[in-house]
Amino acid sequence: MSDAALTHPLVLCIALPLLGAMLVTALPRWSVRLGILAAVATAAAAVALAATVWQQGTLHLMLGGWDRQLAIALRADGIATALVLMANLVALGISVYASGYFHDRVRVRSFWPLWLLLWAGLNGLFLAGDLFNLYVMLELLGIAAAALGALTGNRDAVAANLRYLLVGLLGSISYLLGVALLYTAYGTLDLGLLAAGIADSPQLLAVNAAAMTLMVAGLALKAALFPLHFWLPPAHANAPAPVSAALSALVVKAVFYLILRLWLDLFWPITGMAAAMLPALLGAVAIVWGSWRALRAERLKLLAAYSTVAQIGYLFLFLPLLAATPPGPARDDLLAALLLMAVTHGFAKAGFFLAAGLVQTNAGHDRIDDLGGTAQRLPATTFAIALSGSALIGLPPSGSFIGKWLLMQSAIATGQWWWVIVVTTGSLLASAYVFRVLSRAFGLEPTPMRFITDARAEVPALTLALVSVAVLGLASGPVWTLLGLSAAGVGA
Amino acid sequence: MLIAQFLYGGAGLVLFTLGLWSFLVHEPLLRKIIALNVTGAGVFHVLIAIAYRGDAAPPDPVPHALVLTGIVVAVSATALALMLGARLQDADEEDQTP
Repeated sequence: MSDAALTHPLVLCIALPLLGAMLVTALPRWSVRLGILAAVATAAAAVALAATVWQQGTLHLMLGGWDRQLAIALRADGIATALVLMANLVALGISVYASGYFHDRVRVRSFWPLWLLLWAGLNGLFLAGDLFNLYVMLELLGIAAAALGALTGNRDAVAANLRYLLVGLLGSISYLLGVALLYTAYGTLDLGLLAAGIADSPQLLAVNAAAMTLMVAGLALKAALFPLHFWLPPAHANAPAPVSAALSALVVKAVFYLILRLWLDLFWPITGMAAAMLPALLGAVAIVWGSWRALRAERLKLLAAYSTVAQIGYLFLFLPLLAATPPGPARDDLLAALLLMAVTHGFAKAGFFLAAGLVQTNAGHDRIDDLGGTAQRLPATTFAIALSGSALIGLPPSGSFIGKWLLMQSAIATGQWWWVIVVTTGSLLASAYVFRVLSRAFGLEPTPMRFITDARAEVPALTLALVSVAVLGLASGPVWTLLGLSAAGVGA
Repeated sequence: MLIAQFLYGGAGLVLFTLGLWSFLVHEPLLRKIIALNVTGAGVFHVLIAIAYRGDAAPPDPVPHALVLTGIVVAVSATALALMLGARLQDADEEDQTP
């Protein structure tokens, strides 16, 4: 068991980036090469994990052969696998981009260890099977993210990320108190055992509800759900471009994943319609407010950051729809739509931020009003912005088009038609902010001679944007297959 | 001894609330960091209190392990926050002396 466990893809996904982080710390001269090596190896482990889940269904692993009460439990079901695959491919793209982004030696040497630690935290969060490891991964993620965000060292970035760190700490302490309450009531931290315990003890409603409130509220703070989003725009807009991409596309998404896990797996017996309405209403306000602020933003990266506030809002709209839909194909469709929205946004927002970073390096600023001629100077970058922008709007054939379509269909089917208005308004505002950028980007300069000007930076941005539009929209079938696998594995 | 356990756990909840209040109300960075540490200490109190399983049985080791990990996390996070705060102060002092 222990020999086999070491090379299990579940373990490798977390161990490889950790190992890489130690190597780049020990051998700073080689940090870029070792960092890229660790990135490629980790992404390969994630692909291997997806292939294993594809063949064998949901995976469980108790590290070190301990029993369920003590062991570090890892598990990968369909939802986790889809997000791990997305996060690792996006992170690989960000790594390639970052290998050419930093020039200052100090920054290069600080970036890689922190980035690989962040990556280990991400995979750990997606794959952990008990509440306490989730807490540790959450903290690893939060600390690495805040340190990375402050890497530019300028005053705004440090101030914004200090605030991000403190807010994140408050969120995780609140989560930890919820964990303590659950442990008092049930004497276990394992997600599966806890889920069974909560379902069997409706008499403990007060404890369950208190724990849920503490945990979900703390995580909503970290996931930047309106009105707890105040820290996100400055922190994401002032970070270096590859870090902004990781923070907006992956870190916030991972925290949302944890909320979803708790909501669906653990607290499902007590999260009725009434409980689901509050986060969904806040999500609706986030969509309108975030999109509006994105439209009014003066800088490209601030626009992208506010757009993240809005996109997180969409994910919360699914909670009351899931509550109103009985288990069956309709509910599977909804879950698949939720995953598609999250995965598409991951690819699109990473592509957008990487491209915005190129615009910023090239022009020396990212003021939207002064972007004239960008389309001629950086054609591939502008194309990447346009592609990821269309995925943010939800134009066909992007993955978010299918996601939004199913979301609206289900809203009408369950009689919650008001969400349709919210989604339509959000999409209209999104088209306005994307086209505002594109209309500024074209100038009167002559047409370019070369499409790609800086391959190492432009190819990752372009690939991520392309995946969000073409691959996820046209070939979204596997998402359903993965979910089907996890539905079959629920009893396990 | 049950009363002692309730007192200890209750004190933990009071500390949590006090820390939360102080974090939200006070502006200076150092007070916010201390408030967060008080909040964390409150949660650790609760965890220590629930480890008690009567005088006859040894205490439950799992919550103790959680507290130890939690302390490590709190120390590193506090260090990072202090470092960022110091960086911020340096930047402000440079601004004032041109």
